[in-house]
Amino acid sequence: MKLNKNVIIPLILLPVWYVIYTNLQPVTDWFVDSVLGMTKGTHLAETLRFFIFEFPKVLMLLVLIIFFVGILRSYFTAERTRKALEGKSTFMGNIMASMLGIVTPFCSCSAIPLFLGFVESGVPLGVTFSFLIAAPMINEVAVILLYGMFGWKTALIYIGTGLVIAIIAGWIIGKLKLEKWVEEWVYSTKLGEGEGDEEKITFSQRITMGYDAVKEIVGKVWLYVAFGILVGAGAHGYVPAEFMASFMGKDVWYAVPLSVLIGIPLYSNAAGIVPIVSVLIEKGASLGTALAFMMSVIALSLPEMIILRKVLKMPLILTFIAIVGGGIMIVGFLFNWIF
Amino acid sequence: MNIQILGTGCPKCKSLEKATREVVDQNGINATITKVEDIVEIMKFNIMTTPALVVDGKVVVKGRVPSMDELKQILTNKIYMI
Repeated sequence: MKLNKNVIIPLILLPVWYVIYTNLQPVTDWFVDSVLGMTKGTHLAETLRFFIFEFPKVLMLLVLIIFFVGILRSYFTAERTRKALEGKSTFMGNIMASMLGIVTPFCSCSAIPLFLGFVESGVPLGVTFSFLIAAPMINEVAVILLYGMFGWKTALIYIGTGLVIAIIAGWIIGKLKLEKWVEEWVYSTKLGEGEGDEEKITFSQRITMGYDAVKEIVGKVWLYVAFGILVGAGAHGYVPAEFMASFMGKDVWYAVPLSVLIGIPLYSNAAGIVPIVSVLIEKGASLGTALAFMMSVIALSLPEMIILRKVLKMPLILTFIAIVGGGIMIVGFLFNWIF
Repeated sequence: MNIQILGTGCPKCKSLEKATREVVDQNGINATITKVEDIVEIMKFNIMTTPALVVDGKVVVKGRVPSMDELKQILTNKIYMI
């Protein structure tokens, strides 16, 4: 590997990142308590403390992890994923599609060409759905924020349950044989000659792709992060503890289905919703209910349904929402029951 | 040179079109630029990620918006990045 500035700069920045990241809490405390001279425990002091600590923390995590994810993703192209899934029909295909959905670069604006490209080259409908469920739901921004604000256990629970939902929902859709509810023109569209082979990309180019990912994704979500943490910080400081318990607590049986129903039309990327949900939990919402709400907001969104309507007939879209929504509800109930 | 920009109208597709037009204008490249928005036409190029840049019938960039420098290289030297 040739040592150029693309490789050296990250190597220098990494220790700098580490020093800043590990000192955020003392610096925040020093700033709030000594520089601003605020009294510990007051509403405003705790709101400020929450924001000044959480915002840079989450932003730094985003920059670091998205950089590496950007490099990793340069190895997983949509074409390679399709090749791996072609002809896979059974349960195995759903499992592979869900896992590849996590690592393959995906943007909802490419959902249609991706759907056509998959279905027409022989990836079964159910397997394609497993991919289309996992890809937006388990995205790096959601996982990083969950890790940053809840810790790694919750992040792993989210990934695990998200995978299970994507696998089972795709498998059911496959078993139901719903090809009749795919728009007719989909199956009559002909793919062009395969471009197929890709040119070799150098490692330095992959690092550039890491930079590009940071610029594109962090550039897009930082405002949502700021907004989400600001709302979260306000609630953290001013909303009384246990306030949410009566709406979203364990004992409210209808909280889970209601959260899922409210979450379906709501559209926010993970960046805005996770900080708010973290404070909901702090104020007495149960983990299962909060998890269900978050999954529903991220996985099922109105804009994506509208995009998919081009290739799917209404009954299939409704079936899709019902199955994924049902899966999310089961996850919510399960976690309320376990914890 | 025949340049086609494939994309169904996402923001990235628009920025690719804009960047391509700028590079073509600035470097005096003799080219016709067309935007392909029909998904059936797009699928004839067998791509799964938009936007894509097609030069003389060959897909040269897909799924991203290259920098102006890279675009200039692609369009003047025909160095294909895919």
